[in-house]
Amino acid sequence: MDSVGKDCKELKHAYENCFNEWFSESFLKGKKDDPCAELFRTYQECIKKAIKEKNLNLWELQRDVLGTSSEKAAPTSKS
Amino acid sequence: MKYYSLDSTFQFPWEQLAVAFWKRYPNPYSGHVLTEDIIHREVVGNRLFSKRLLTKTEACPKWAEAFMRRVHQVCILEESIVDLDTQTITTYTRNIGLQKYMTLEEKCVYSPSRENRQWSVCERQAWIISKVFGFASAIEQYSYKRFKKNSAKAMKGFVYVLMKLYTPEALASDHNLLNTGKLKKTARKAKELAKSKAEMATTQGNRPIFKYCVVAAVSVCVVLIIGKMGS
Repeated sequence: MDSVGKDCKELKHAYENCFNEWFSESFLKGKKDDPCAELFRTYQECIKKAIKEKNLNLWELQRDVLGTSSEKAAPTSKS
Repeated sequence: MKYYSLDSTFQFPWEQLAVAFWKRYPNPYSGHVLTEDIIHREVVGNRLFSKRLLTKTEACPKWAEAFMRRVHQVCILEESIVDLDTQTITTYTRNIGLQKYMTLEEKCVYSPSRENRQWSVCERQAWIISKVFGFASAIEQYSYKRFKKNSAKAMKGFVYVLMKLYTPEALASDHNLLNTGKLKKTARKAKELAKSKAEMATTQGNRPIFKYCVVAAVSVCVVLIIGKMGS
């Protein structure tokens, strides 16, 4: 897949390859080492620039909803 | 507010589903997804926290794009927690931008099936809220129908990725999954409908119906864009 930052594509793919390997071979098996930290850092630097250039709402992107009281709840009776 | 909930079963174990979760784009049903990025990632204990940012602007019909450019680009943000202790993946997805027209929020919990430990289930809930005066209910009703359809498509996309990874032989023989003819037909129909609505908008000038079309345009985009996030 493409990245939101045109120049970030290669950094993204390098990180993703590392992450996918780590996720299936380490994380799911309970190992917590993080061999992808450096690749993630450089990828994020690039992404941050792209987000700024595209004028995306950074505050909204950083805001957490999952696991907070901002999550919507299922209606109690009828929908 | 429209509320939607549906449980779906994947005939794949949870671990495989978790691996495929990060590889689900692109797939033959995700044509509208333009970009995909991880913008946050953190491991805390046995939990992996991530935020995935997707942009999907091409989903908008041409006539609606004019209105979309005036506002900010619509993005989809998916927060997720992969929890090894509870064997769950929980996602919470919402649109970033255009919230004043409509918000679509979706929560999915993927876990091993109680029926068969080699299978997984996804419990999905979604909330569609429009606050556009006078049109909220119509927008929500339309969006709800679209969302249901798009969720089914997103699910097919996810299953396609799972099959490609774990049962490629079954995928090769599954003609239905690869037959996109029907999808194209639906897309063409939607396009024609959009065109006729746009023509109606221009002939109606500044009448209320025009406002309705503008709002409908934006809502259609939001639904098309976020709808594919399902499953």
